[in-house]
Amino acid sequence: MRYLPLTPSDRHAMLGIIGAKSIDDLFVDVPAQARLDGPIRGLPNHASEMAVERHFSTLARKNMTASQHPFFLGAGAYKHHVPASVDHITQRGEFLTAYTPYQPEIAQGTLQMLFEFQTQVARLFGCDVANASMYDGSTACWEAIGMAGRITKRTKAVLSSGLHPHYVSVAKTMARYTGDTLDTALPDLSAKTDSVRLLDAIDGETSCVVVQYPDILGRIEDLSAIAAKAHEHGALLIAVVTEPVALGAIKAPGDMGADIVVGEGQSLGVGLQFGGPYVGLFACKEKFVRQMPGRLCGETVDAQGKRGFVLTLSTREQHIRREKATSNICTNSGLCALAFSVHLTLLGEKGLRGLAQLNHALAVQAADRLTQIAGVELVNDSFFNEFTLKLPKEARPVVRALADHEILGGVSLGRLYPGTDALSKGLVVAVTEVVTSEDVETFAVALQEILA
Amino acid sequence: MNAINQSGWKPEMGNAGETAPATFTGNKALMLEEALIFEIGTAATTGVDLADAPKVAARLGNLERHRDIGLPGLSEPETVRHYTRLSRQNYAIDLGFFPLGSCTMKHNPRLNEKVARMAGFADVHPLQPVETVQGALAVINELAMWLIQLTGMHGVAMTPKAGAHGELCGILCIKAALAARGDPRCVILVPESAHGTNPASAAFAGFSVENIPATSEGRVDLAALTARLGPDVAGVMITNPNTCGLFERDMKAISDAVHAAGGYVYCDGANFNAIVGRVRPGDLGIDAMHINLHKTFSTPHGGGGPGSGPVVLSEALSPYGPLPYTARNADGHYTLIEEETAQEYHPHSFGRMTAFHGQMGMFTRALSYIMSHGADGLRQVAEDAVLNANYILRSLEDVLEAPFAHSGPCMHEALFSDNGLADGFSTLDIAKGLIDEGYHPMTVYFPLVVHGAMLVEPTETESKATLDQFIGALRSVAERAKAGDPSLKSAPHHAPRRRLDETQAARKPVLVWREPEQLVAAE
Repeated sequence: MRYLPLTPSDRHAMLGIIGAKSIDDLFVDVPAQARLDGPIRGLPNHASEMAVERHFSTLARKNMTASQHPFFLGAGAYKHHVPASVDHITQRGEFLTAYTPYQPEIAQGTLQMLFEFQTQVARLFGCDVANASMYDGSTACWEAIGMAGRITKRTKAVLSSGLHPHYVSVAKTMARYTGDTLDTALPDLSAKTDSVRLLDAIDGETSCVVVQYPDILGRIEDLSAIAAKAHEHGALLIAVVTEPVALGAIKAPGDMGADIVVGEGQSLGVGLQFGGPYVGLFACKEKFVRQMPGRLCGETVDAQGKRGFVLTLSTREQHIRREKATSNICTNSGLCALAFSVHLTLLGEKGLRGLAQLNHALAVQAADRLTQIAGVELVNDSFFNEFTLKLPKEARPVVRALADHEILGGVSLGRLYPGTDALSKGLVVAVTEVVTSEDVETFAVALQEILA
Repeated sequence: MNAINQSGWKPEMGNAGETAPATFTGNKALMLEEALIFEIGTAATTGVDLADAPKVAARLGNLERHRDIGLPGLSEPETVRHYTRLSRQNYAIDLGFFPLGSCTMKHNPRLNEKVARMAGFADVHPLQPVETVQGALAVINELAMWLIQLTGMHGVAMTPKAGAHGELCGILCIKAALAARGDPRCVILVPESAHGTNPASAAFAGFSVENIPATSEGRVDLAALTARLGPDVAGVMITNPNTCGLFERDMKAISDAVHAAGGYVYCDGANFNAIVGRVRPGDLGIDAMHINLHKTFSTPHGGGGPGSGPVVLSEALSPYGPLPYTARNADGHYTLIEEETAQEYHPHSFGRMTAFHGQMGMFTRALSYIMSHGADGLRQVAEDAVLNANYILRSLEDVLEAPFAHSGPCMHEALFSDNGLADGFSTLDIAKGLIDEGYHPMTVYFPLVVHGAMLVEPTETESKATLDQFIGALRSVAERAKAGDPSLKSAPHHAPRRRLDETQAARKPVLVWREPEQLVAAE
């Protein structure tokens, strides 16, 4: 077996040194009724590298890939071009096959990278500090709600109707067990967000308001008024960013008063990967740092005074505090954080701003072209690289019909909000730098035909 | 023929005896210092060429970002060099032996990386119509089937993102099962030797956590556990093999007692590598167990994730597992059961734990590994992992105290304590001494039930020659610690950094880089 270096004679010699007659002697503590006497029946035995690769190639061919089709899906996961050097760096064994940096003297590579990552995230979000990553945007969002509860010692969270419905579902799951109450609503298929509802709902019991920016329909709204009202009542504003590239073009949530900003970092460096692994981003004001979940990397010096980095403030964490920890999270998303950080380093300020501008311009052009189709209306007044169309008929079958035309034509609100008739004609369309004008034309022609 | 020497060049060996002077750069040949991107990059530099944006009227809701973000850019060559230099300051399984107990640092086969990068898996969106992702759903389903068969369980929840997320999933299943029968039980029992994530996960779900003691043999005290069971106990969380590296002999009796008292049994599957293919947790009465794909099934740890923590479930808990999940129809077509169809197919689910379908990139890698080994190879994995650990235990128990060695063979990891070291010498010194010897240290100070614990997990992917050299190195370092060698107190001497000041890091946390002038201004 190609991954096992011991030879039969090694095994024999080692058993001799241990003083065991056979390998079975080492499993004597397993109760007799639970011992298996041979390989589990009904399962295939080992396979060659070639055979395994062939199996996966066959399955891979059954999927429609983003790069090979006109592609317009977003709603929390975005297709961006990832520079070749990102994957090269994440494949370096020293990053790929390292563990969490528990021995900092021999993990400065990962630690310095995390320190750079934390700084990049904090700056992008307009916050003082950021952590070393969470699992994904949805779990980061829930952890932020929990953190706001710890800080304010209150249990009512008000969620914007523009928050990704899967993020709302995750929060609902967790709230059921923690005693938090969530004030939620469904979005309207209109240019107006529900900020009036949010402002009305904030009171002295409120721990936090959670607003996605840009929201699930792609709408962008100034968060300052919500932040002001929240702060007036001793509540926190949590902003959720599912498309960090947008922050190359629009104001950072932290600069509008958000106390905690969380997000999904998949857009930079990570790729689509059918939903995971992704990377949760988590940033906040400095005064809240001791209530943060997750790993934090901090700067220090070594015994000779040289700058170095370590994991720090671990008295918040489960391996020290056990049941009193700020979160149960242990392993997070280190390698995806690396991919994010490398991509953002390649872009830099200039590149991120250029990329954001390009995304927005292409999205504006696509929106203009698609709304030329009779009966197709643009819902948004404002958007970044994603907008919502109102079709003259239910959008979900239209998306399926587009797939039959070899076009991956957006995410229907019927998929995101099944059973909600008022939203069923909505189609969320994302346009990034990978979309060509030919793609838009192909999409428009097919959409017109399907709607006719 | 020696063309160079004809022009007068004469190779000289130099004087090997001289001490090395400090260098101008601070570098030491191949050991290169590297500044932060904020110190070497600029806002005007970019390593990406982009098309010019077409001119359009912006529709950004008058929220254009005018202030500088403060993101430095590097050109591509600078970027590659920056991260390559950083990478060389990391220890990694590719570089050497990494016996970090409870973490299962085994070789990460590159075939897994190759298949995970196939466009059909890496370049598909989680919300594509299911008709366009049949191959991706097939991978999830095939892996699920393997996990069920290997554990002898009834079902599996694939979405949890890592081990601790899996624990939470199992705990929420227990909570939901209790709620379904209107049972207000609120206590979870956890052994003292448990991973910190266990009590943290139980507490997160609103359970109160009580410790149960260990016997002098390093196992759960069955009598104490049985005595504590009662109408308020929702269940137990037990790691098996446990964190002392021992198989819980009484596991079946524990499960039977817990079930008889109306509770459920959660098993932390972090140590599944020791028993895969030889023992099925389902045969031990377990109700829920997470499997760290990044441990047993070789997906890379990536310097702290991503992990993946599918949870296998008993028949009693399967109805409560999370959404979404993959199902295979009679016609071979795969479907996704989400909120929309849950009422029909999975009405008792406790809900969604994460935005999408779990760690697809880890599923492909784990399935590739599992298929490569097959049923016969996986059994050999457990046997070799256990053989390697026992070899280390028996080769070192004369020099390091092995508190439970008298209890019989260990499983996949060997546990030592710091008893018998010279005054003022501790486990930490041994760990740092091993760094100078070219090893990643073992897990230290865990489990908490042993003083100065050293938990050595070799895994099955190490050769006898590697183990022999490590045994020699650890023996040498242990002997220095017993003899009170002062040079060990200042180890490591040869790593990129000497011991780091963690107290200062925590007292005045510096978590982001700030411009030097900002720092001055803030004083």
